[in-house]
Amino acid sequence: MDELRELYQQVILDHNKNPKNFGKIERANRTAEGYNPLCGDRIDLYLQVEDGVIKDISFQGAGCAISKASTSVMTTMLKGKSTAEAEQLFKKFQKLITNDPEAVDPNEMGKLAIFAGVREFPLRVKCAGLAWHTMFAALKNEHQAVSTE
Amino acid sequence: MITLVDSPMINQPPTQSVNGFDVERIREDFPILRQKVRGKPLVFLDSAATSQKPQVVIEALSHYYQAENANIHRGVYYLSELATNAYEGARLKVKEAINANSIKEIVFVRGATEGINLVASSYGRKNVKEGDEIVISAMEHHSNIVPWQMLCEEAGAKLRVIPINDEGELIVDEFEKLLNKKTKLVAIVHTSNSLGTINPIKRLVDIAHDRNVPVLVDGAQALPHGKIDVKKLGCDFFVFSSHKVFGPTGVGVLYAKEALLEKMAPYQGGGDMIKSVTFEKTLYNDLPYRFEAGTPNIAGVIGLGKALDYVAGIGYEKIAAYEHELLNYATAALSTIKPLRIIGTAKEKAAVISFVIEGIHPHDVGTILDRDGIAVRTGHHCTQPVMERFNVPATSRASFAFYNTKAEADFLVKGLHNVINLMN
Repeated sequence: MDELRELYQQVILDHNKNPKNFGKIERANRTAEGYNPLCGDRIDLYLQVEDGVIKDISFQGAGCAISKASTSVMTTMLKGKSTAEAEQLFKKFQKLITNDPEAVDPNEMGKLAIFAGVREFPLRVKCAGLAWHTMFAALKNEHQAVSTE
Repeated sequence: MITLVDSPMINQPPTQSVNGFDVERIREDFPILRQKVRGKPLVFLDSAATSQKPQVVIEALSHYYQAENANIHRGVYYLSELATNAYEGARLKVKEAINANSIKEIVFVRGATEGINLVASSYGRKNVKEGDEIVISAMEHHSNIVPWQMLCEEAGAKLRVIPINDEGELIVDEFEKLLNKKTKLVAIVHTSNSLGTINPIKRLVDIAHDRNVPVLVDGAQALPHGKIDVKKLGCDFFVFSSHKVFGPTGVGVLYAKEALLEKMAPYQGGGDMIKSVTFEKTLYNDLPYRFEAGTPNIAGVIGLGKALDYVAGIGYEKIAAYEHELLNYATAALSTIKPLRIIGTAKEKAAVISFVIEGIHPHDVGTILDRDGIAVRTGHHCTQPVMERFNVPATSRASFAFYNTKAEADFLVKGLHNVINLMN
């Protein structure tokens, strides 16, 4: 049960129930769709990028608590960040949620640290990573749907 | 096979005996069920995905490789004869289990999926032309959708879909309306893997046959829950998978009426499906070997034969009666959970319960139950159109076999209360 509490901690449950930046932003100039065929998670991500900076970001869609909370937290983290910073964060986040030997110190991860528990659930890593993969597709302006498979 | 004489349970009260069905005794036959998962007893409620295997099946595989392994049909030596006899013996068992007319009608394939692909590729390509129609239902598994879609695309034919009602039952009147002169085949699931619905196959076959339309039945989920008699059903094709009827993976059966099979072109070319080969001309083998190119899954087929023996030893009727009681019990128990909604409430139903819990995604349900040792399936169950029909992205599914108990249904309910507590 402890690992479950770690995975489904209150902050994650709160983001699941009341996700931040949920909806469509009209001025989006980058969009991408992310899909996880394993569980049917589907997110549409909207970004407004100007001069290499993510001015605004939002999402819509349905998914499990992990994917929804991950997307929600990601949007709060990336608003105002440069695309280069977003890329850096993504790399760190991937290390955090997998058992990478060079795993980053969760203390350095800010709000993303709450996803450290995911590494104990290898089948759920894709759920946590979906938002970030989709974000990259959006930055590259790849219009094809991103799949975790 | 199921004798109580040597049972270690003989001096204990039969805790779960229903109408002489001693489930605790039967569980002894399945070694995997003794396993603990994360320190908790395994509660396996995913038999619709794949069933567990009794010791006799596991031993049959091991015995084949230890004492009989040789290629079949060709060798003139002792081992090859043993292997051939065991392989062909299993074909006879399948023929008897589903009451086919002849072993010529029993083709071994890799699974129900390959059986459907074989029919689509061989029968379909020859008989389905531009403007023709194939009828399937809204509750088909992807394996009974995609091969027909591929065929329709190739031939320029159209796929028509029989709708289902809110209970997850086929609307038979709509089926009748869909049939017309262009209809070349009906492909329909016997028992739905995601809803549990048991379709009135005999009735559907009669309706289709009145219009001279042949019917393929996807029986993958039907055989594990009750007796199948292809003569009574009257269907033209019937497919099922070994691994869902307590046999090994990688083996399935295509039953086809001999007259149809006789006219069908081979599905794959290779060894064993030929009588003679020259560069000018190849003479194909007799039925059913014409459809079994290459060395088959010999051990798997022998294992399937053992599995069918095992199920027959318990008795299809007893299994059906016990599972029906389990279904009723589990349905009632799950219905006590307020935010839970069962998807698929057909009157005729197998022991498969799909459900959603308001505000909690099935994937989270599955992860949390797993920590209690409970294995359920979560997702779209390879039936995305069914999910769309019921407007849910996914469901959790508990599917029961005759080795499951009422106590396990109670565990599930307890586990779901944990889920709800944890997620709120």
